[in-house]
Amino acid sequence: MTTEPLTFPLANAGPFDPPSELMAMREGRPIAPLRLPDGRLGWVVVRRATVRSVLADPRFSARQELRGNLSPSGGSLPPAPPGMFIGMDPPDHTHYRHLLTGQFTVRRMRQLTARIEQLAEEHLDRMAAAGPPVDLVATYARPIPAMVICELLGVPDEFRERFGQQVAELSRQDATPEEQQRTLVGILTYLGELVREKRSTPTDDLLGGLVVDGAGLTDEELTNLAFMLLGAGLDTTANMLGLGTLALLAHPEQIPVITNPDTVDNAVEELLRYLAIVPGTLRTALEDVEVEGVTVRAGETVMVSLPVANRDPERFADPDTLDLTRQTSGHVAFGHGVHQCLGQQLARVEMRVAFPALFRRFPTLRLAVPQEEVPLRDEMLIFGVHRLPVTWED
Amino acid sequence: MAEIRADREVCVGAGMCALTAPELFDQDDEDGRVVVLVTRPEAELRERAREAVRLCPSGALSLSEEA
Repeated sequence: MTTEPLTFPLANAGPFDPPSELMAMREGRPIAPLRLPDGRLGWVVVRRATVRSVLADPRFSARQELRGNLSPSGGSLPPAPPGMFIGMDPPDHTHYRHLLTGQFTVRRMRQLTARIEQLAEEHLDRMAAAGPPVDLVATYARPIPAMVICELLGVPDEFRERFGQQVAELSRQDATPEEQQRTLVGILTYLGELVREKRSTPTDDLLGGLVVDGAGLTDEELTNLAFMLLGAGLDTTANMLGLGTLALLAHPEQIPVITNPDTVDNAVEELLRYLAIVPGTLRTALEDVEVEGVTVRAGETVMVSLPVANRDPERFADPDTLDLTRQTSGHVAFGHGVHQCLGQQLARVEMRVAFPALFRRFPTLRLAVPQEEVPLRDEMLIFGVHRLPVTWED
Repeated sequence: MAEIRADREVCVGAGMCALTAPELFDQDDEDGRVVVLVTRPEAELRERAREAVRLCPSGALSLSEEA
């Protein structure tokens, strides 16, 4: 067994498979040292049970100023600004999250089904009118989740046109700190103006509601909440739709499982389990903690590999095989612990609508290029495909 | 007897319980937090209850089971 640390970022083994170094850890090496891009030495864990226990353990903090930096620019991150609760611990995290949880319930998200169906059909009409081949990412996978999250928050179309691409670009691993800062300031300035507009003229949407009865939130808090929700909504489901379509086209015999209303829910869960779009998340030990027989010292950062936890043979038989009919419960694609994805029920509804609608409209859908020519988002913090050229029989 | 307990202060409104066992759990329309529909589930629903407890991300749910 080597003691040489692994180095982040690690390249995915293919469009559907997590890095082979991490997959190999399933054979008796449940924790390994990991060198983060800022030079700090931390750890990586891959077993589903370990990933869940770290994410549920209050001795592991999500505070961003405590952890190693995933960006090669290095240096410590500042504490999360007011409202950016993804980088906070309870009770600060809980205060903000509880203001939003009523907006993202299973029931509320299912009520969006008809609107998402309408958006899907509009975009399919445009695809049909343009004629094959098209880039499915630009015509379908990216615009639908973007329009849904903007409508939900009450962010005008103008924002998507001006900033949609830039929000996605913020997750580039190779962006310089100056580039990131410039992009960030531009987006936050726009959203700050929008929040002030909503204060003077409240609207019937999520941001408008928070302005009116948001427990006395400041403009800065509201701006950061809006930014976080937009960032989470623009680049995640979009990549699941792009990469998921690639996976389905590689396993065409399974497409009838996702177009069948009786089995679509499970099919979506299996795509969530199988596709590794979020490589991991970081937690920092607040005190010494034993993990898999190793003492993680106070101040050390642990990366939990969500994709490899989803390929854990202790939970999923034959875990590296896509099987839309398998028992999928217990995957950790949305994380675990108090930070588990707030928008997961929205993501589920978007996928339950968008995948079947696509394959019903274009039953002969296929790749327009060989699979190895599809450009992968290897340099991005959220994985997926940059473009997905597809064609069909007219 | 088996009894479901839910701590609404700990709940983070992820909706896993309502998704996994809608016969037993719902979410409050206002704040999204857990609402237990059936406190003492019948034997045939207990495995569903256990699964919802296991999947709860925040640890807000528990099931006390007596022989």
